[in-house]
Amino acid sequence: MTRDIFQPSGQIQFGIFFQGVNSGTIWKADESGSQTDFESFRHIVQTAERGKFAAFFLGEGLRLREHLGRPHALDVVGRPDAQTMLAALAAVTRNIGLVATQNTTYNDPADLAHRLSSLDLISGGRAAWNVVTTDNAWTGANFRRGGYLDHADRYKHAEAFVETAKRIWDSWETATGPARHVRHEGQHYTVDVTPRLPRSAQYRPVLFQAGDSPEGRDFAARQADVIFSAHPKFDDAVEFRRDIVTRSVAAGRGANAVQIMPASEFILAATEQEAQEKKAWVRSLQIGPQQAIAYLEQFWGRELSSYDPDGPLPEIDPVVEETSETRGSGFHGAKARQLADQWRAEAKDKGLSIRGFVTSKTARIDSTFTGSYTAVADHLAEYARVGAVDGFNISPWLIPTGLDDIVNHLVPELQERGVYPTEYRGTTLRENLGLETPVRSEESVRVS
Amino acid sequence: MSSNNNQAGFLAIELDGAGYWNLSAAVLAAESAGFHVATFKDAPAAGRVNALQRAAFAGPITRTIAVVPEVDTVYTEPFHISTQLASLDYVSGGRAGWIATAAESPEAAAAVGRAFVEGDVLAQEAAASIEVGRRLWDSWEDDAVIRDVATGRYIDVDKLHYVDFETPADFAGTPYSVKGPSIIPRPLQGQLPVLAAASLVGEGLVPVDAVDAVLVSAPTAELLAAEVRDVRARLGAAVAVVAELDVVLDSRGQDAAARLAASTESGRARFAGTAADLTELLDSLLQEADGVRVHPAEVDVDLEELSRLVLPELRRRGSLRAPIQDGSFRDVLGLGPADNRYSTSAAATAAGK
Repeated sequence: MTRDIFQPSGQIQFGIFFQGVNSGTIWKADESGSQTDFESFRHIVQTAERGKFAAFFLGEGLRLREHLGRPHALDVVGRPDAQTMLAALAAVTRNIGLVATQNTTYNDPADLAHRLSSLDLISGGRAAWNVVTTDNAWTGANFRRGGYLDHADRYKHAEAFVETAKRIWDSWETATGPARHVRHEGQHYTVDVTPRLPRSAQYRPVLFQAGDSPEGRDFAARQADVIFSAHPKFDDAVEFRRDIVTRSVAAGRGANAVQIMPASEFILAATEQEAQEKKAWVRSLQIGPQQAIAYLEQFWGRELSSYDPDGPLPEIDPVVEETSETRGSGFHGAKARQLADQWRAEAKDKGLSIRGFVTSKTARIDSTFTGSYTAVADHLAEYARVGAVDGFNISPWLIPTGLDDIVNHLVPELQERGVYPTEYRGTTLRENLGLETPVRSEESVRVS
Repeated sequence: MSSNNNQAGFLAIELDGAGYWNLSAAVLAAESAGFHVATFKDAPAAGRVNALQRAAFAGPITRTIAVVPEVDTVYTEPFHISTQLASLDYVSGGRAGWIATAAESPEAAAAVGRAFVEGDVLAQEAAASIEVGRRLWDSWEDDAVIRDVATGRYIDVDKLHYVDFETPADFAGTPYSVKGPSIIPRPLQGQLPVLAAASLVGEGLVPVDAVDAVLVSAPTAELLAAEVRDVRARLGAAVAVVAELDVVLDSRGQDAAARLAASTESGRARFAGTAADLTELLDSLLQEADGVRVHPAEVDVDLEELSRLVLPELRRRGSLRAPIQDGSFRDVLGLGPADNRYSTSAAATAAGK
């Protein structure tokens, strides 16, 4: 069966991930713009569209990060609601996909499905949902429902949520209705709804998913159209592709059914040397001395301001048993003391100061492409040739001008090599990504 | 904003009849006609896209008209609503508002798997949701983003505040709490104007000082002015009063009466007739109310007539205000800068006045 054999498209595409709360976006440079003004969003999305980017991503904020019991002061913080911003950007763009990161735990399926349908219709079939899961009561403190979900249940819950959303999107028989009733009775919520909206020009919103655990990968292989992966380095990307193809085929979908777009950062210039100088400048502004100390404080659970950021890691032990989840769900779980020992050994081994070590931990080392426009274009063409990825999801380190050099210099190089689109294929995100029209959700056929 | 016979009023238009396919044309036509406010109904009707997203879509393509969606307070998450409305204020350049509604609908409850509530509970849910929204909007002081390179601080943590909202002890709905602070800095207007139906506002309901304007309905056009006066007497002068009016105009060679047959009953006062008679009615209503919200039977048909024949004449008579170029929705309602309840800096408060 050829359906079971992966066929490289020979092309790569770009998405842009406009980060919200983060330390990668430089705010200290003169050219750093506002993180909330609409003009920042307009500039960057229109630049991306000029560069034929497939998609524009927004993250979702549900609670401000904290540091030693107070909001964290040092990094970029504060961001608009994803879907509200994307609906506004739909009015000032024509082709680019609009991807909203939305959590399955703190949303209601019928409400979220309706709003995503709305975004899809209002944008002419350009909406997508980046499905994320969170399960902690700390985040839940901002919501009526609270943190009601066990960690072990989160993918089970997320999958039921996504399937309910798909049934809602699939419920209209024709463009004018009528809608079939959709019911779901689950452990965590009940949905009983007559959907209001017809299918969009792209049938239904495209699904992105970013989970990387075995459960997360299986979930993506069953449900997602695109994986927003954490594996951009070439060998790692090839291996990740192999794994996803295996899982997609096992899930009864084709080998090409799920696309892969790793998160990435680009630091480019006309020459290799200039690019390296630029990288040093970028890194020095991403992690300053205060951020380096604060990063360790988060894991040590105590104030470390008496330590020299250019000296070795603190010899004193952390005071917390477990690292805090307050910087986001990715940080909890590891034992703090064990982690401190491990990090001290690693820093000593590599001869790194606090600042150097924290930079190495936080600066997206594995996902950064640094070099001249031509060298990076040659490198990316190799990804396209073997089909290591379908594209890259670029996190710009500067807002709002962070895509300018990519669009002005890298994109033309890639187009010359024949590995990057010169025009949008169509008007919907599904067409532009080259995704198949989804098969109507089986479950929705059940008239309840 | 109290009733003043010499003061010109404002006009709002409800764009529910504009679907997602002709939304930009409708909102641009309303703006160029001189309407001050476009509202977006959150109707549970087939084909209607989310009201807040329609308002957001309208934001960047307009310059002057306020964009004001209906958003339910009963079956929604207040934290999400607060963020969404603050975001709407950013994408519209400070022209956003909120018509806070309380869904009295078993279908809305079933869709999110919650128990259906009605009666007094509705006003309590609305009051709680508005309070959460307003506290979150204040939870960042205006100057909280400092970008201080010397100390490495992006924000001044002393200017961010946990809202620590808890539903009151006598809350009839399911109790809840919201921690805060908001995920987005304070909206451009500081506080978005909040509107609600007059029937939802008053003693034992949503407190008067929780809203900036009320929407007043009466069964007939004749009774509307009297109802406006009654509501103002009941709620006092601190809240703007907006009269609700359905409109069906003679248009394109067709009598309003003939077009009337096709329109559905709303429970609001309805005017059907010529543009000249509507001008008279609006002129007199604007003597009593701070503004009138027009619900056209068919957006494209009636809006054309309103634009050509009604609004210019009202402006000429001085009963309709000129739109405020680059103004905020607060400006339309005559509201001053919004104080921040958490403000820690006397200097900042003074600067904001």
